[in-house]
Amino acid sequence: MKTLVWVEHDGGSVKDATLSAVTAASKLGEVHLLVAGQGVDAVAQAAAQIAGVGKVHVADDAAFAHALAENVAPLVVELMGHHDAFVAPATTSGKNIAPRVAALLDVMQISDILSVEGEDTFTRPIYAGNAIATVQTSDAKKVITVRTTAFEKAAATGGSGTVEAVAASGADKGVSTFVGSEIAANARPELTSAKVIVSGGRALGSGEKFRELIEPLADKLGAGVGASRAAVDAGFVPNDYQVGQTGKIVAPEVYVAVGISGAIQHLAGMKDSKIIVAINKDEDAPIFQVADIGLVGDLFKIVPELTEKL
Amino acid sequence: MKVLVPVKRVLDYNVKPRVKADGSGVDLSNVKMSMNPFDEIAVEEAIRLREGKNGGGVTEVIAVSVGEQKCTETLRTALAMGADRAILVQTDEKVEPLAVAKILKAIADEEGPSLVILGKQAIDDDNNQTGQMLAGLTGWGQGTFASKVELAPDSVTVTREVDGGLETEKLTLPAIVTTDLRLNEPRYASLPNIMKAKSKPLSNKTPADYGVDVTPRIKTLKVVEPGKRQAGVKVADVDELVNKLTVLGIRK
Ligand SMILES: Cc1cc2nc3c(=O)[nH]c(=O)nc-3n(C[C@H](O)[C@H](O)[C@H](O)COP(=O)(O)OP(=O)(O)OC[C@H]3O[C@@H](n4cnc5c(N)ncnc54)[C@H](O)[C@@H]3O)c2cc1C
Ligand SMILES: Nc1ncnc2c1ncn2[C@@H]1O[C@H](COP(=O)(O)O)[C@@H](O)[C@H]1O
Repeated sequence: MKTLVWVEHDGGSVKDATLSAVTAASKLGEVHLLVAGQGVDAVAQAAAQIAGVGKVHVADDAAFAHALAENVAPLVVELMGHHDAFVAPATTSGKNIAPRVAALLDVMQISDILSVEGEDTFTRPIYAGNAIATVQTSDAKKVITVRTTAFEKAAATGGSGTVEAVAASGADKGVSTFVGSEIAANARPELTSAKVIVSGGRALGSGEKFRELIEPLADKLGAGVGASRAAVDAGFVPNDYQVGQTGKIVAPEVYVAVGISGAIQHLAGMKDSKIIVAINKDEDAPIFQVADIGLVGDLFKIVPELTEKL
Repeated sequence: MKVLVPVKRVLDYNVKPRVKADGSGVDLSNVKMSMNPFDEIAVEEAIRLREGKNGGGVTEVIAVSVGEQKCTETLRTALAMGADRAILVQTDEKVEPLAVAKILKAIADEEGPSLVILGKQAIDDDNNQTGQMLAGLTGWGQGTFASKVELAPDSVTVTREVDGGLETEKLTLPAIVTTDLRLNEPRYASLPNIMKAKSKPLSNKTPADYGVDVTPRIKTLKVVEPGKRQAGVKVADVDELVNKLTVLGIRK
């Protein structure tokens, strides 16, 4: 089987999520990549280095600059003429593009796979990860998104793919335009690849307290910073901090939950972390049912003391 | 302008899902079912647009649900929130996103909406596909994971929640929007509105009326519970916590 993997990149380098998707795709067969964007030579060169990669298709055009699904999906569909599966990481861009591709190919997408059981059989979480389904597709072509935490990252170097340009005439479908973005520059590790994450919940009470307490602790641990939905809704932190069923799925070595109750929607995003540490004043909080190490008490006392003693 | 709002009936988000002993799926007998939370946000947004908030011109909000007879309850909820009329596309099959999108495409062809607002994800199957598929089938622009929607006479500007933060796109109408959690806070239906909803028009259709084959493409072979985490230990104080973290090599 020939698979085409969507390369998630930031214009300069390949994002880690791509490497997990490559691993998943390699379980299906030969791995080809698609790099779409504007001025993406460096990305294409980097992509060709990924271990196990065959061909790297490069579509360089202004219409692909912001990965607008309306422009990218027809490009993928064209390449799917000679591929059997389209594989994208389940990032916001993967989730935006892949179903549009699936509809154009008239196939059902298999979302967020956890494992490849056979060339048409996969496991995937449903009901916020409270159940794991084994599903088998009857579609000849496959469209798949990959839960990146469930697959090891392919080695970023050691490969020797060949780079091939794709003609991109008429790529702008004219129904959508990019207006702008607010992507916060963040010196911290990205949540989805951080080794340690400190997350704060509603109990922090305000954005000031969140910064005052969570940030220094995260600094001490070299950690990424996450949050519960309640903390995001209340405006303590931006939306991209949200961990959970409908936010980011993370699986760090260590996840520290501070003032988070442990609702199933939150657990869905972090319960595959290796070690979970919970700080909560309610000894019956559901978070303690999944925590390896729990400390019952007032976070406003505990967190500063912990930060100091670390 | 018309706005179409697809709403799905799902296990209520407060209920802990239980896997059936025979591994065939999640037990939905005698449990509370509700409108998918993202669809409540979609209905709310559509009503706000009709009320002239976030841009004007919307005159009618039509709710659609695909599924069994009981989806009528979900549609009545949408009507009680303020939708003008509803369409039930009735079937006892479990309808996959691709088939739902095809049915919605047929309804869109018939009704000519300027906007279709869907939830970003149904919290039962967690597919996150239907809106994007509908956009593919119609060739319309898609503003997924929306946290802000501004409607103009011939375009809609959508701010989207993406992995790194926020991104804004402008789409030509007609267009598809899918909702994220921060778009709005859905209203509760008042008692008088619940009563009023009972007499709002609700039409009954079937997938066959739209010429859509809903035969599933994906077979569920089995459903199991995920591996359970063992609850760990509670420590007495910060010193003990620091010790544990040190032993585990977590301190930097
Ligand atoms: C459709 C849908 C999708 C959702 N998606 C997500 C998602 O992706 N991610 C997510 O996180 N949630 C999600 N939720 C929300 C989820 O159901 C919970 O409401 C949310 O996770 C609660 O956040 P919290 O734990 O911060 O707040 P709360 O549940 O209010 O918990 C606060 C906790 O802090 C503790 N506390 C209070 N004061 C102190 C103190 N001084 N010291 C120590 N502890 C203290 C309390 O004991 C409590 O346990 C979703 C909900 C819906 C309906
Ligand atoms: N059976 C259905 N009836 C009506 N709307 C649906 C149905 N299934 C999905 N949708 C819509 O599509 C959105 C995304 O669902 P999904 O792609 O299944 O995660 C939901 O939030 C609904 O708005």
